[in-house]
Amino acid sequence: MTYHRVLTRPRPQALRPNSFWLLGPAVLLLIVWTQIPFVLTLYHSFRRFNLLNPERQGFVGFENFASLLTDPIFWTAILNTLVLVGSVLLITVAVGLLLAVLFYQDFPGRALARTLVISPFFVMPVVSALIWKNMLMHPVYGLFAWIAEGLGQRPIDWLATYPMQSIVMMVSWQWIPFAMLLILTGLQSLSKEQLEAAKIDGANAWQEFRYIIVPHLAQTLSVVVMLETIFLLTIFAEIYASTSGGPGLATTTLPYLIYLKAFGEYRIGVAAAGAVFAVILANIVAIFVLRMIGRNLQGGRT
Amino acid sequence: MRFWQVLLACTGLLLSTALAQTTITIATVNNPDMITMQKLTPEFEKANPGIKVNWVVLPENELRQKVTTDIATNAGSYDVLTIGTYEAPLWGKNGWLVEMSGLPASYDLEDVLKPVRAGLSYQGKLYALPFYAESSMLYYRKDLFAAKGFTVPAQPTWTQAINWARQLHNPSGGVYGICLRGLPGWGENMAFITTLVNTYGGRWFDENWRPQLTSPEWKRAIGQYVELVTKYGPPGVTGNGFTENLTLMSEGKCAMWIDATVAAGYLANPKTSKVADKIGFAKAPVAVTPNGAHWLWSWALAIPKSSKKVEAAKTFIAWATSKEYIELVGRTQGWVSAPPGTRYSTYNNPNYQRAAPFAKVVLDSINTADPTKPTLKPVPYTGVQFVGIPEFQAIGTQVGQFIAGIVAGRTSLDNGLAQVQAAVEKLMKEAGYIK
Repeated sequence: MTYHRVLTRPRPQALRPNSFWLLGPAVLLLIVWTQIPFVLTLYHSFRRFNLLNPERQGFVGFENFASLLTDPIFWTAILNTLVLVGSVLLITVAVGLLLAVLFYQDFPGRALARTLVISPFFVMPVVSALIWKNMLMHPVYGLFAWIAEGLGQRPIDWLATYPMQSIVMMVSWQWIPFAMLLILTGLQSLSKEQLEAAKIDGANAWQEFRYIIVPHLAQTLSVVVMLETIFLLTIFAEIYASTSGGPGLATTTLPYLIYLKAFGEYRIGVAAAGAVFAVILANIVAIFVLRMIGRNLQGGRT
Repeated sequence: MRFWQVLLACTGLLLSTALAQTTITIATVNNPDMITMQKLTPEFEKANPGIKVNWVVLPENELRQKVTTDIATNAGSYDVLTIGTYEAPLWGKNGWLVEMSGLPASYDLEDVLKPVRAGLSYQGKLYALPFYAESSMLYYRKDLFAAKGFTVPAQPTWTQAINWARQLHNPSGGVYGICLRGLPGWGENMAFITTLVNTYGGRWFDENWRPQLTSPEWKRAIGQYVELVTKYGPPGVTGNGFTENLTLMSEGKCAMWIDATVAAGYLANPKTSKVADKIGFAKAPVAVTPNGAHWLWSWALAIPKSSKKVEAAKTFIAWATSKEYIELVGRTQGWVSAPPGTRYSTYNNPNYQRAAPFAKVVLDSINTADPTKPTLKPVPYTGVQFVGIPEFQAIGTQVGQFIAGIVAGRTSLDNGLAQVQAAVEKLMKEAGYIK
């Protein structure tokens, strides 16, 4: 019955040995590209290497790690990193959620408004930081100072008195559009019939929001939180261009500390050890968040 | 076939012009004198048709980082580096710089100020040629001082200066008592603060390299500094470096300013300063000792060993630091803007003496700033406003950051100094200075 076999749909191609070897070069490139910097970092973290004093090089075991763990500045940096990430997450998710619900409605000029709301995400972080620092927050020449003086108040020196809050402001401003876009996409998958049914049952706007929209978004919110956490743990440009980690240690986060060790003190070994700690921190946070998402993914299945 | 012939011909043409022309890349700081040098580059390229100059201009902190990283990793991105009296001896010692020998007799090396030449040498060998040199001095508003009946002697004291700042502070009238550097950085706020500590009798390290940051002299000096900038200074002081204070002073917003002598030309020039005719000049104030009360610094041009265009780079450096260049600036930009502090001939030039009422104070200050005797008590290091060890960049910047924290009110004076003393001790132990 040969022609019966011809008429049936062909089986999907299994991964034959030829395809495996064809993938080889691409996989090799990926391994080299992503792992070589990490391996080198690991290598340097076990050596003493000061760029300015190249004669005093050598293998020192865990000395660099110990130096960081006994340094109070290191622990302040970890705390600052967690504060920054946590605050920005809270603000971006909350405001992003509200904005997404807003843009879910139809109103005149929605397309233009959406473009404007999305634009902060595409400003380069250094440019954004400089504009915030010199044009908005500057206590003599800035817009906020001008407003404060107009209201009869003394202008606040934002970057000196509220440095971490200022950085959180700058970073949130940039990342709210990101959260908003992702949540908006999640909202699109909400069926209008469910909302109509709720309206018929007599639910007001707040009850709609609380009992239908937010639970539906549980999965999307988890994805937003996970993606943002990964990026926010490496925030550097805003701090570098505005407060330079200060005043004192107020805005020194772990990435900024690594930068200081590498390009301020030229101690490559200690900086590499700091980078290893940053990877460990990121992994801990990721496991935490993934567990939360896992729970939500299971819980979302009705 | 015709397309390929045209392509080949074009490539050949480009290649031949490229080979005939050398492009040197210079990294420099965005101070007014360097911007002038950049503006006058066409004159150099006219006189030397085979050499083109490519400029990388950066603020001081960023320039230092880029240049240090480049030379320490032998990256070779630059042919001419702008470095100072801190880097030149250290990098000369490491063998990273080309020695400045074989200069033509017409360059007249003896005409270059001796203390400046000494500051740029290691073991008698010169490793950079000075573009300009400076000390620090007091600028004040003659009109505001006269209105209150204050006279400023040639060598004022800090007691007088504090009193003047208190009396002249008038923020509602748009004038702040005293403008001082607050931007963290070993070459920014710490340059001034180190001279303040020196003149109050303090020092960075004792003879055994133990940090002295919690000594009574340090507490007194830093306490005085914090009081001056928070009570009698402009707002946002922790964001103000040399450039920002220059802007404030030239706009008439400060009654007093203690900073680099190189600003004098800018402040006294009506083209760049709103208060050009109202500026008075005096030596930087002293307290317990005159040692180290004003600094010695020179921005100089050097060639890294990694450069492949040493001859072209040397030609450029010799041009930019020559008598002829100074004449050129005098003619085209005005003698008040001539690069100061490098040559005796500049100060003997009647054109310069006429245009620059500050010349005598500047020359005096440079001649009396001795990096080998910067403090009241003996020290194991050289350098007036810095400590000539490679680790100082990190130490100075960290201490500067903490002092900015004290100014911003984030930590108390004693707490901040104790923290930074511990940090510096740790660093010195790990660097092997203290056992």
